Amino acid sequence: MPFHLALAPAFVLAAPNVEFGLPMPHKVFLNRLKLTEFRNYAALSLELDQRHVVLTGENGAGKTNLMEAVSFLSPGRGLRRAAYADVTRVGASDGFSVFAAVEGMEGPVEIGTGTAGVTEGQSRRLRLNGTAAASVDELTDHLRVLWLTPSMDGLFTGPSSDRRRFLDRLVLSLDPEHGRRASEFDRAMRSRNRLLTEFRPDPAWLTAIEREMAGLGVSMALARQEMLGLLTALVERNVDGDVFPSARLALSGFLDDEGHRPAYDLEEQYLTMLRDGRPRDAAAGRTLDGPHRSDLLVRHREKDMEAARCSTGEQKALLVGLVLAHARLVGDMTGHAPILLLDEIAAHLDINRRAALFDLVDGLGGQAFMTGTDQAMFEALGDRGRFLTVSHGSVTG
Amino acid sequence: MAKRVTGPEIEKLIQLLAKVPGLGPRSARRAALHLVKKKDQLLGPLADAMGEAHRKVRICSCCGNVDTIDPCTVCSDERRDRSVIIVVEDVSDLWALERAGAMNAAYHVLGGTLSPLDGVGPDDLNIKGLVQRVANGGVRELIIAVNATVEGQTTAHYITDQLEGMEVKITRLAHGVPVGGELDYLDEGTLAAALRARTSI
Repeated sequence: MPFHLALAPAFVLAAPNVEFGLPMPHKVFLNRLKLTEFRNYAALSLELDQRHVVLTGENGAGKTNLMEAVSFLSPGRGLRRAAYADVTRVGASDGFSVFAAVEGMEGPVEIGTGTAGVTEGQSRRLRLNGTAAASVDELTDHLRVLWLTPSMDGLFTGPSSDRRRFLDRLVLSLDPEHGRRASEFDRAMRSRNRLLTEFRPDPAWLTAIEREMAGLGVSMALARQEMLGLLTALVERNVDGDVFPSARLALSGFLDDEGHRPAYDLEEQYLTMLRDGRPRDAAAGRTLDGPHRSDLLVRHREKDMEAARCSTGEQKALLVGLVLAHARLVGDMTGHAPILLLDEIAAHLDINRRAALFDLVDGLGGQAFMTGTDQAMFEALGDRGRFLTVSHGSVTG
Repeated sequence: MAKRVTGPEIEKLIQLLAKVPGLGPRSARRAALHLVKKKDQLLGPLADAMGEAHRKVRICSCCGNVDTIDPCTVCSDERRDRSVIIVVEDVSDLWALERAGAMNAAYHVLGGTLSPLDGVGPDDLNIKGLVQRVANGGVRELIIAVNATVEGQTTAHYITDQLEGMEVKITRLAHGVPVGGELDYLDEGTLAAALRARTSI
């Protein structure tokens, strides 16, 4: 029986005390965007304003590339999770760069990011107001960027690793420590797996590694559960009305039904699981228990049906609902609505849901970038949107 | 192939200097030139000092420190409180803690951390020596001063396990706000650790 957060108010109570639905202090938006040697754009300069940005054009014109450029204004490898060498325009003599003038959370800021040179394995550099920043994580002080792309359409039917990554991105947007914990857990787990391949591994050494895994693994699981608790609380308040189906969220696969117990107990329990699982894990060649095996279970709340069994359109609607709830949560926690990138958003939605979506997106109070093949699909947005046509690496208003 | 500018002796000197931490090929070249220019004032004395160090340097049989005498200067220092042992990964950590001068204690150098991914196991580290030292008695407290990495913490757990049942207090370094640090600039992990490890005033 998976652990349902809707039944565990302890986590909702443990959440930071945020006042939902307060008006946003000021809007975070992109004033200007300049791309150099980025995908199919040799050079592009766009002047923008507070309005949402609608990008239309033929397939392959470069709409998603533009969205990807905006996604580089957040830490990580962007919405395609691409290798930086692939981001640089083919034939370019130097690495790509993205420059943006942003009305940020702490006021106006000029952000420059990109790679130097075209060799592989490069890290991304960041400049804020003309000075080199120590880490790309500093971007989160100025703006948050969330996205929904067609590659996420199979989220509910695809492998659990996709859902875990989706969930961890949600957690990461509110708890930057989550990334460090996850990578340290991964390192400790790989150490354990390696040690288990040895002939008669030192049990005390294994215990030492497992202790480290238990601390990190349980805090990962608790951070995920807390995130689900916050989202669930938001979904239950039904702020988005009945336009998008609401999701019932649960975690399964690791310490199910145990979320209410103190972290110390959970660590001891996981430690025992690891110790008892040694022979099995040694035979399998990997660790079979842990937060790396968790799955995010999503159910259509009204129909009480697994998301994976809902129709394609309904899955998309569920996903949109989740991303909107997340955007609202980030807005509530940071005080500023995030920049939303909605790629091919109109594709699976009927005309009523499209109009409702635009109202909800606008109601969040942030700037959204949306793409589609046909401007008519975005008619309901009216003068709240800036309509741009993309073709072959150039953009016209 | 580029033309040679110097004879093989100087070229070898440059190659060796380039292996010194903190020196790259360019700075090694500059250092070598400086040494060669100051042949009598610097190169000769340096060579002598290096030869002397090479002959005498050894690892302390008690704590794992490097020194020219065994037991090392730290271990043979009568004024130190030997009932407290600070466990460090490397000699550089011992030196760093001595610079701080906050404790008048003895040390134990592990020589690394447990890391299956790098092929470093308990037998590759000076852990048995540590257990022996504690078993010999007279040790009141063990301060585990390893790095706050996965491997460092795993090593700390391992040592704690090995000493189970022995009459010794085991502590570790606090994680938190650096002296003179501004909270606003600290990362969330450090802040959370500092809050958890808060102390009464």
